[in-house]
Amino acid sequence: MNETVVWVVVSGLLNGGIYALIAMGLSLQYGVARVINLSHGEFIMFAAFLTWTLYTGFGINPLLSVAISGPLMLGIGFLLHRTLFTSLRNRAPSPAVFEGNSLLVAFGLFFVINNIALLIWGGQPRAYYYLFYGVEIFGVTFVVNNVIALGIAVGLGVGFYVFVARSHLGKAIRAAAQDPATAGLMGVNINWVLPLCFGLGAFMACVAGLLTSMCYPISTSMGLRYTIIALIVVALGGLGSIPGSFIGGLILGLVGSIVTQWQPALSMAAYYAIFVFLLLVRPAGILGKR
Amino acid sequence: MDITKLTSRRFLLVAGLILLLLIFLATFPLHGSRSDVFVVTIILMYVILTVSWAMFSGSTGYLSLAPAAFLGVGIYTSALLYSEKWALLPLPAVIIIAGVVSFVLALLVGLVTLRLKGTYFAFFTFGLVLLISQLFVFWELHIVGRRGQHVIPVSGDTVYYVMLGITVATLLTVYFIRRSRLGLAMQSIGGNEEAAAHMGVNTTRVKILSFAISSVFMGAAGAIMATKWIYVDPVVAFNVFYSFMPVLMAVFGGMGQFYGPIIGAVIFAYTERALRLEFPYYYMLSFGIILILVILYLPGGLAGLIPRLWNRLRGPISKLWKGGEAEQHANT
Repeated sequence: MNETVVWVVVSGLLNGGIYALIAMGLSLQYGVARVINLSHGEFIMFAAFLTWTLYTGFGINPLLSVAISGPLMLGIGFLLHRTLFTSLRNRAPSPAVFEGNSLLVAFGLFFVINNIALLIWGGQPRAYYYLFYGVEIFGVTFVVNNVIALGIAVGLGVGFYVFVARSHLGKAIRAAAQDPATAGLMGVNINWVLPLCFGLGAFMACVAGLLTSMCYPISTSMGLRYTIIALIVVALGGLGSIPGSFIGGLILGLVGSIVTQWQPALSMAAYYAIFVFLLLVRPAGILGKR
Repeated sequence: MDITKLTSRRFLLVAGLILLLLIFLATFPLHGSRSDVFVVTIILMYVILTVSWAMFSGSTGYLSLAPAAFLGVGIYTSALLYSEKWALLPLPAVIIIAGVVSFVLALLVGLVTLRLKGTYFAFFTFGLVLLISQLFVFWELHIVGRRGQHVIPVSGDTVYYVMLGITVATLLTVYFIRRSRLGLAMQSIGGNEEAAAHMGVNTTRVKILSFAISSVFMGAAGAIMATKWIYVDPVVAFNVFYSFMPVLMAVFGGMGQFYGPIIGAVIFAYTERALRLEFPYYYMLSFGIILILVILYLPGGLAGLIPRLWNRLRGPISKLWKGGEAEQHANT
């Protein structure tokens, strides 16, 4: 098999795995909790730096550090929704007003998290080496940590899908996604499920940040780019569709990889080209309804 | 006291205040120092961005996150047409072209996104600045082979007066649009888009047109700012910061009133000059916290606060006033 093709496809899937995770997190926050979380990328950045600090400062294995950072981010997300978005939702006269206001609050969070990170870690890029050796796939050498990252992203994605599709709590989440008010009447504790979904989104951002810090150099300004990618993937997969986000992430990763192979400076242009094409041809997204 | 007298007195008061302010601004370069003139120029630029942003996003409820894209397009129009190597056109023509280019860009963005839900529009505009900036970087590196552009410098006073002119044009346009059919249509879309469509408003056309109009002055402001910065490259010209500031300024000032965004822009542009250079991180951090607090606790912004305070203070003040009058009567 042609080595360039293998390289492009596998590295595209490696990127795509992380994109898929990021987009699933945002999809959960938007599709269920109805918050267009413009600070999603900042959660990813924050988690990446947390992992970096835990590894280089305290010698904690990056993969195991999720035991510390995961619950922390989940808790932060839960509390943020409970303190900010729940009261906004209860006061908003219509879902559209809530969507606009929550977008602006998330926008404020973007500045808060970004600048807290700048105060703690400063503006310079960081990197560490973990599992940094080669592994051969179809005759092409890849870095082991990248492959592990893809495995974890896919595992978490599939695991979460099964959780939402099969478990009792998953059913409550799906009900809340369809119609929060009715779900509340049917006995779903909305003021618990919606913050939980926001927290789970932050948890996915945390894992994505952890994997990113393992594979690439990180900087405090990287969040914005990931937010944009997440927004495009979520639109690509269909607003609020979790499996759609997963597939969309892999597609965007592949496209990014193909374009980067040919012309690295145009990756964002390629993402936007897909976005424009989607809006013109099938605005509902790959797996969206209507 | 009858109402017509009251409104005409209030009208005269407001008109007088505006005239005084205009005279002050028009003569400002004569008595202000050069750095002061520059500060006021920056404040005016923010007023243009914020008022334009609020005109579209404030009334229709479609949140545009792309003011910096239009500002940047204006900056680059100036960089290409008013460059040190070849000054093809006089400055006024360049500024008008910058406005037209912004208009066309907004039209294209609107045609793609504004017939759909507001969510897509917000998603699309959020990354637009980064996209255009990347395209310009690509173009400069691979086609021109040189990073950045040099713009012909223009004196600080000229920049100031042009910016003042654009500001006045922006305010007049926005004021009249708010009172026109188009303004009413925009308000009705913000209130309830479906109902507006049923009432016979061509919602897609209104949204696209008003979005394009709101971008014109941003582009024009960018074109004149470029002559002040002299050297521009895509990273300088397309700075996301300029997308985010107008949003905060308009929300903080309050979008329900015409003067809300202006107040917000003036306050924040002034404090930005003072604080951002010295405490950049704390400044931006408090910026985020203020935005969240305003959305949560001050839905109408500062402009919404003023009538509320006034209502509360009116009782005691009129009592004092009447008390004073009574005393005067007693003395005579």
